[in-house]
Amino acid sequence: MELPTQTFRVTRADLVRYAGASGDFNPIHWSDRIATKVGLPGVIAHGMFTMALVGRAVTTWAGSPDAVVDFGVRFTRPVVVPDTDEGTEIEVNAVVKEVTEEGLTRLDVTATCLGEKVLSQARATVRPAR
Amino acid sequence: MSLDPSFVGRSYPPTAPYQVGREKIREFATAIGATDPAYHDPAAARALGHPDVVAPPTFPMVLTMAANRQIIEDPALGVDYSRVVHGDQRFAYTRPVVAGDELVCVNTIEEITNRGGHGFLTTRTEVSTAAGEPVVAVWFKIVVRGEA
Repeated sequence: MELPTQTFRVTRADLVRYAGASGDFNPIHWSDRIATKVGLPGVIAHGMFTMALVGRAVTTWAGSPDAVVDFGVRFTRPVVVPDTDEGTEIEVNAVVKEVTEEGLTRLDVTATCLGEKVLSQARATVRPAR
Repeated sequence: MSLDPSFVGRSYPPTAPYQVGREKIREFATAIGATDPAYHDPAAARALGHPDVVAPPTFPMVLTMAANRQIIEDPALGVDYSRVVHGDQRFAYTRPVVAGDELVCVNTIEEITNRGGHGFLTTRTEVSTAAGEPVVAVWFKIVVRGEA
């Protein structure tokens, strides 16, 4: 079963806020000068910010903020965030892989930015909403 | 860069307890745009059976990233942090993190491989309460890129 697509807009302001909240102040997430110096096209989103947005999608699908029992991803491609009002957009999709005998639902998740996959092997297991 | 595979299995001393604050959870939830009341309002969290506000699923990274510095900055292992790229991330929950938790991290090096001139390091962090109740296991895999 395919679940409804969820999209998330990501701007530079989001990255600054996430840096502060998470404590990850790596300058590749806020300085074009440093990002390009290490060979990136420009400032990129924290992988963990992308994963957090996917986590929002998963809890929304699950219908419960505390439903996640297992959640894993592989970061395959950076999410480049231009210094514009619009920033960029991440699209998150999932299919229900199985429902276990214990009632847990396993999801295979995909996340894309500008049509390219930014995660692979993204999987979440959720328990039913209370 | 090459990482010494003999470090596999090494565990580090438990970290100092991290106090999970209600405002920190709210701040983190706000930063990721998570508006569910259970992340912000203790009454909404209690309605779900939790003692206080619940943390979003990736919140434990706030403490495990700091805890992982034990490994990343272990001079004997010699990771060059400027060459580090985040590879994989996984959380396996016993229960959600909630405000009021006092959490301790125990880091273990689970896997080291070297291929194509790059080093691959997987750490496992067992996050439990100071009283010893398991909460979440966190896997963090990094790639230490070789010289171009």
